[in-house]
Amino acid sequence: MRHLKKSITLAAIALAASLTAQAADPIKIGLVLPMTGPFAAYGKQIEHGVKLYLATQGDTFGGRKVELIVKDDSPGTAGDVSKRLAQELVIKDKVDILAGFGLTPSAFAVAPVATEAKKPMVVMNAATSAVTTKSNYIVRTSMTLPQNSAPIASWAAKNKIKKVFTLVADYGPGHDAEGQFKKTFTAAGGEIVGEVRAPVKNPDFAPFLQKIKDTKPDAVFIFLPPGAETIAFMKGFTERGLTAAGIRLISTGDLPDEDILDAIGDAALGLVTAFHYSEAHKSPENKAYTEAYYKAYPKDRPNFMSVGGYDGMHLIAEVLKKTGGNADADKFIEAARGMKWNSPRGPISIDPATRDIVQNIYIRKVEKVGGKLQNVEFDHVADFKDPGKQ
Amino acid sequence: MASVKLDLAPLRQAAAWHWAEYAFWLMPVLAYFAFGENLSLLSQIAIAALFCLSLDLILGYAGIVSLGHAAFFGLGAYAAGLLAKYGWGDPLLGLAGAAAFAAAAGFVTSFLVLRGSDLTRLMVTLGVAMMLFEAANKLTDFTGGVDGLQGVEVKPVLGMFGFDLYGKTAYWYSLAVLFVMFWLARRLVHSPFGLSLRGIRQNVGRMPAIGAPVNGRLVVIYTIGAAYAGVAGGLLTQTTQFVSLDVLSFSRSAELLLILVLGGTGRLYGALIGSMVFMAAHHFLSDINPQYWQFWLGAALVVIVLFARDGIMGLLGKLPVPGRKPS
Amino acid sequence: MTVVFDGIASGLLLFLISVGLSVTLGLMNFVNLAHGAFAMLGGYICVVLLNRFGVPFLAALPVVALVSALVGVVLERTLYRRLYGASHLDQVLFSIGLVFMSISTANYFFGAQQQPLQLPPMLSGQFNLPGLDIGVYRLFLIVLGLAIAFALQWMIAGTRFGAQLRASVDNPRAARGLGIDVDRVFVLTFALGSALAGLGGALGVEMLGLDPEFPVKYIVYFLIVVAVGGSGNIKGSLIASLIIGICDVAGKYYVPQIGAFVIYAVMVAMLIFRPQGLFGRTAAK
Repeated sequence: MRHLKKSITLAAIALAASLTAQAADPIKIGLVLPMTGPFAAYGKQIEHGVKLYLATQGDTFGGRKVELIVKDDSPGTAGDVSKRLAQELVIKDKVDILAGFGLTPSAFAVAPVATEAKKPMVVMNAATSAVTTKSNYIVRTSMTLPQNSAPIASWAAKNKIKKVFTLVADYGPGHDAEGQFKKTFTAAGGEIVGEVRAPVKNPDFAPFLQKIKDTKPDAVFIFLPPGAETIAFMKGFTERGLTAAGIRLISTGDLPDEDILDAIGDAALGLVTAFHYSEAHKSPENKAYTEAYYKAYPKDRPNFMSVGGYDGMHLIAEVLKKTGGNADADKFIEAARGMKWNSPRGPISIDPATRDIVQNIYIRKVEKVGGKLQNVEFDHVADFKDPGKQ
Repeated sequence: MASVKLDLAPLRQAAAWHWAEYAFWLMPVLAYFAFGENLSLLSQIAIAALFCLSLDLILGYAGIVSLGHAAFFGLGAYAAGLLAKYGWGDPLLGLAGAAAFAAAAGFVTSFLVLRGSDLTRLMVTLGVAMMLFEAANKLTDFTGGVDGLQGVEVKPVLGMFGFDLYGKTAYWYSLAVLFVMFWLARRLVHSPFGLSLRGIRQNVGRMPAIGAPVNGRLVVIYTIGAAYAGVAGGLLTQTTQFVSLDVLSFSRSAELLLILVLGGTGRLYGALIGSMVFMAAHHFLSDINPQYWQFWLGAALVVIVLFARDGIMGLLGKLPVPGRKPS
Repeated sequence: MTVVFDGIASGLLLFLISVGLSVTLGLMNFVNLAHGAFAMLGGYICVVLLNRFGVPFLAALPVVALVSALVGVVLERTLYRRLYGASHLDQVLFSIGLVFMSISTANYFFGAQQQPLQLPPMLSGQFNLPGLDIGVYRLFLIVLGLAIAFALQWMIAGTRFGAQLRASVDNPRAARGLGIDVDRVFVLTFALGSALAGLGGALGVEMLGLDPEFPVKYIVYFLIVVAVGGSGNIKGSLIASLIIGICDVAGKYYVPQIGAFVIYAVMVAMLIFRPQGLFGRTAAK
């Protein structure tokens, strides 16, 4: 570590001598993340990814040393808080780049700041499709919700699942997931035999599970906020013998993400999901990534949010390399358009038209690998663009 | 009737401005120059102060405990946001709309809080606010749901001062609104009407005996409090040009109550000082330690309660400041 | 039928996680919004005992109650005791301060993620009668909840300690005059409230999950039960929990569109109908 730092510093000095004075200034990146409150786990994971990148890939981008400033925009759903912090980052801390954004309202509220202040804005999680349309300076390295709900619908239709019951949390993202799933699934010839929107804060899924049991579908498509609700649902699903009755469970992959998979426990076994990242993804990049992760954060498991943060930093690093350390928003975005690289999640690129991410979507099944629950990939859709923008 | 002569001198005396108050209102002006890079924080403190003032009117003066005051804040925020979205982007018009809308809701729900113990009122207000929250969450086409209301375009204040990135307009605008609303509230609580409210808080049973209609007074003050909260919500919408579902959330109501108790109830200035102290402490601590700042904030609250009852104003009241009246 | 059973189970879960607050707020008249923090403590103790030390679930429960009670006693002696005479609003400020501290502490030691809990096989699964599916864990909650309710009711109404407690709360000075050790009564009652909170938290993990936000996330439910039941009344809390649980489950089953509103609507309606709570002591102030 110390050696690495030393050599980086030396390299930076050497570079600085050859570059202009402006490029030698540190590059300030302001991270707006929910670090406390109900979505603290999001902020934690993204921050892990960001810091892991700096620790493993070096913290000097295009000749400029990275300086991180983390702001807690808890609860993460209050646009006014996020916007205030972004304004402060721009005005007071004079950051060059805005990054982070755990949830959609936070990204929506900050978008005008990026436009007005002319700062590139790297979205590392917020997944509503429309986020990238809110400012021309936004580029996203995570995913979009339709990007994952469409492939699981196609997969279901192709795999002898004819009748599906949908259960989504009754809020914006839930409605979006439901809409996309229904659209793709019925277009492929499937039938929706029941649909329920459950309250977002819902300690007891008993009534909904009972309703599903009485309807007897082939499979249930669920979308719930990852966390206590997902766990309660999955446990209830097994407890009530729905698995035993031959009803399959399908969803987007953020539900059984590595951060909560252990908390769901064996009830998650057999769940089929579509998603862009799994800890069990087989590639040299991911092997290196997960190993470094466990070394740095032995108490946590690497998940998609950490990879979103990691890739966000990679994007910034590559762009600055291309522009020679120039973080001017227009140049930054130009350089980011069409950029391609191999992420721990697999090959990804930035759509030159929408500045949104294009990536493989994997179909995975929860299995036990070496005594540990994992999302094991068995199929994939290559280079999948966000269908929400078409 | 002219033969009855009331000596209103003590009332007028209490209503007169004290020198410390002039000094107090100089602070935000100085803050503009001292913290020019934190203007968006300062305007949100002003908005929180106005919101807190609205709760002080009903809790501190009329004794109605509420754990759902964000309902009116949120209604005001959405009213101003929707007005701006559909073309009525003038800020003052938006505030008027927010106030009217929230006041109407306050008037209707005020009949629910006339009876009952503190706990009952707490829970009824909470229930109403939670139902509004759920409704706004469900009506995604109308409110944008949890993703937030998009496309709020607010016109320049008075047609001259546009909202800027640095938050200069937002700050002066919020501060001006806060001051005007404070001035009105101050007149209100020193009026005979305000005194009758205090009477109700101190002894409900005797007020009818001196000819004060208890229920009528409570309805009026609850409606006014709601309107104040609506204006605060409208201000937040206009200065951030965005409405998130969070404006109706339980945590906003709870935090508000916290701020008011911290500052001290029934004093108007308690609401202002509480907001300043709480928001500044929150900001300062979360800047130092984004992950665990809550611990220190919590510890500060515990210590304050242990050593200073009745909030910061209670503490200040005990200091031997010349001329400060324990009101 | 199953809907009714689930409703009852749901209600008793509400009762179990709130009964500790019925004791501290209801009986001792202390607005202890940090109730959820004690429940969370119980949850974490339970998870640690199970996952790290391999203690069986049923054996862990008494330990959880005991440790929570001890923590309660320590906090009562050092902090809470000073605030018995304070206004309700000061108590709110104080207990919310504790909640904030507990959230950060939990986050520091356990991280922000959900904690895993695996029930023993004998408590999981479901058995089926004609027309009725019974979840074993739900049945367990119902039995335990009822047992606790009856034991508490008996203790308050039927024992000498209960009488001392009621006397100490209603009029501490007179109680002291009668030779009741008011301090001791309060410590013991607070310990009881903390133990019940911890126990409720541990029992709730399976269905409610456990993360550092627990004290804030479910505070609304605790308060609903106590307010609707009427303060200072275990029977009231029990019946209130049952009514809310059944209405909530039935509402979600038959009209899921308004599922989120049911619980609040029922609460507001009941409070307007009976502002002092179902079985509130009218003198309670």
